[in-house]
Amino acid sequence: MSEAVLTVEGLGVRIAGRQVLDGVDFAIAPGEFTGLIGSNGAGKTTLFRAILGLQRPTSGRVLLGGRPRSRRGAGIGYVPQKFLLDPDLPLRGRDLVALGFDAGRLGPSTRLRRRRAAVEEALAAVDAEAFADTRVGRLSGGEQQRILIAHALISRPRLLLADEPLANLDLRSAQEVVSLLARVCREQGVAVLISAHEINPLLPVMDRIVYLAHGRAASGTSEEVIRADVLSRLYGHHVDVIDVHGRVLIVAGAGDDADLAGCEETVEHTEVIQ
Amino acid sequence: MSAGLFVFAPGFFDNEAVHVALAVGTAVAIVTAVVGVFTVMRGQSFAGESLGDIGTTGGAAASLLGVGPLAGFVAIDVLAAAAMELVGVQRVRGRDLATGVVLGAAIGLAALFLYLDTTQGSGNGSTVTILFGSIFAISSATIPAVVALAALSVALIAILYRPLLLATVSPEIAAARGIPVRLVGALYLLTLALATALAAITIGTILSTALLIGPAAAALRLTTRPLRAMLVATAIGIAAVWVGVVLAYDSYHWPPQEHGWPVSFFVVALIFLGYLASGLVKWRQEREA
Ligand SMILES: Nc1ncnc2c1ncn2[C@@H]1O[C@H](COP(=O)(O)OP(=O)(O)OP(=O)(O)O)[C@@H](O)[C@H]1O
Ligand SMILES: [Mg+2]
Repeated sequence: MSEAVLTVEGLGVRIAGRQVLDGVDFAIAPGEFTGLIGSNGAGKTTLFRAILGLQRPTSGRVLLGGRPRSRRGAGIGYVPQKFLLDPDLPLRGRDLVALGFDAGRLGPSTRLRRRRAAVEEALAAVDAEAFADTRVGRLSGGEQQRILIAHALISRPRLLLADEPLANLDLRSAQEVVSLLARVCREQGVAVLISAHEINPLLPVMDRIVYLAHGRAASGTSEEVIRADVLSRLYGHHVDVIDVHGRVLIVAGAGDDADLAGCEETVEHTEVIQ
Repeated sequence: MSAGLFVFAPGFFDNEAVHVALAVGTAVAIVTAVVGVFTVMRGQSFAGESLGDIGTTGGAAASLLGVGPLAGFVAIDVLAAAAMELVGVQRVRGRDLATGVVLGAAIGLAALFLYLDTTQGSGNGSTVTILFGSIFAISSATIPAVVALAALSVALIAILYRPLLLATVSPEIAAARGIPVRLVGALYLLTLALATALAAITIGTILSTALLIGPAAAALRLTTRPLRAMLVATAIGIAAVWVGVVLAYDSYHWPPQEHGWPVSFFVVALIFLGYLASGLVKWRQEREA
């Protein structure tokens, strides 16, 4: 493996006396598509924030391109989880994408020509030209998602973090966003780390999976991680992995009442049933 | 003299007070439009309103000390903005509480100062001037300070424009890109304090938000881009101030004749009409679309 884009070593994060992340280890190679899977509260957003330098780790470290981060946000594109845009915000999709080009700079824009070209290119990469002139706050969830991905990509990051971009999308839009991200990953050679609480939409495209539960992580290819023994060790109790027509179902071991009450299992369960 | 059939009453163009009023009004309309667009976008109109009200305390103190009101407005608004920042005005949850607490304390002081002002000083005149403004009473010696403060605020917004815009759209994305969101927010609050102080000398502390929020809110209905909104808001603000000055000057010939009507009344009423008109334009645009 060439030099990893991202290396997370023994990362621990304590917030308000709670160990949210505990000894998380994994690495992502350039151009790899990685899914960060975990149920609500597993620590996905916290892990992203630690990678971005917005959350100080209590132990371990984060390396970017093999080195400690030099400047916050350098080389990383980020699409946050909760995104509430005021429908009256006077900003078109293309304006938000343009801010991705040079929002860190002071004073008036000096590279207008290059910026315009870069905006067009980023909009085309996510198929967003059709709605680029509408106020962002009035776009649908899936359309906003595309604009935000274009915003993140325009600065040519080596790593793109997308926090639950599939939440609130219907099945078709979710599949579109997944294949879009997979295409971007391939065509632009950018490594993608995308979080989700459901594993199945990502199975066809993932090179690697980081599975989070109770603040701990298991990582590897999906064959290496989505196994009863690995996940049972992670959850700390018995878990079954069932293959239903190519879809994975992760359920708590039968007869274990206490575990069935836990939300992780139930969440995975109901989602697969849908 | 009968209520005249003129747009510009006799002497309008030669009157020095009118010249000063137009110069100050124009500078102030520009700053309040530029800063106000961000105030509306950031949902900080309550902070703007509060800084305006708090200005009363500074104006009253300045009057007690015998210095010009502008110095009082600027000093108190910058102090209050710093206090709001320290108490956490930028965090959504803390924002209203922090502003409310600082506001309460300052207005209490204003009550005391205005009382002292009326009992020992210049009488009720200064109270009315502080609260409702008196653009014709501004001395021409104030113009350089007004222009300098206006230029400073607009320059700060121009320098911070892109980071501030992204931090306004999404503090989280901005922070992830390495933009110091808190610092940018604090500097913005400084421009808000200056703009409010400038609005206060023009149309009074109580009405200052009208100039800050009104043109910006109307402009934001009409355009989909922040820079254009600033231009439109500037046009609305300047029009309101100029027409207001003309009408107020004319009003010396209107009943009850001894005094002119307050300029602030005209300016605020015109801004309000502009806001209503923008609603109408937007409604028609959306119906046609
Ligand atoms: N600032 C904070 N203060 C207190 N607790 C926090 C804070 N940030 C995160 N937590 C806790 O850390 C845990 C992990 O949160 P995180 O947001 O990382 O989960 P997540 O996997 O992103 O969940 P979701 O799928 O709901 O987005 C949660 O239990 C949450 O309550
Ligand atoms: Mg989350």
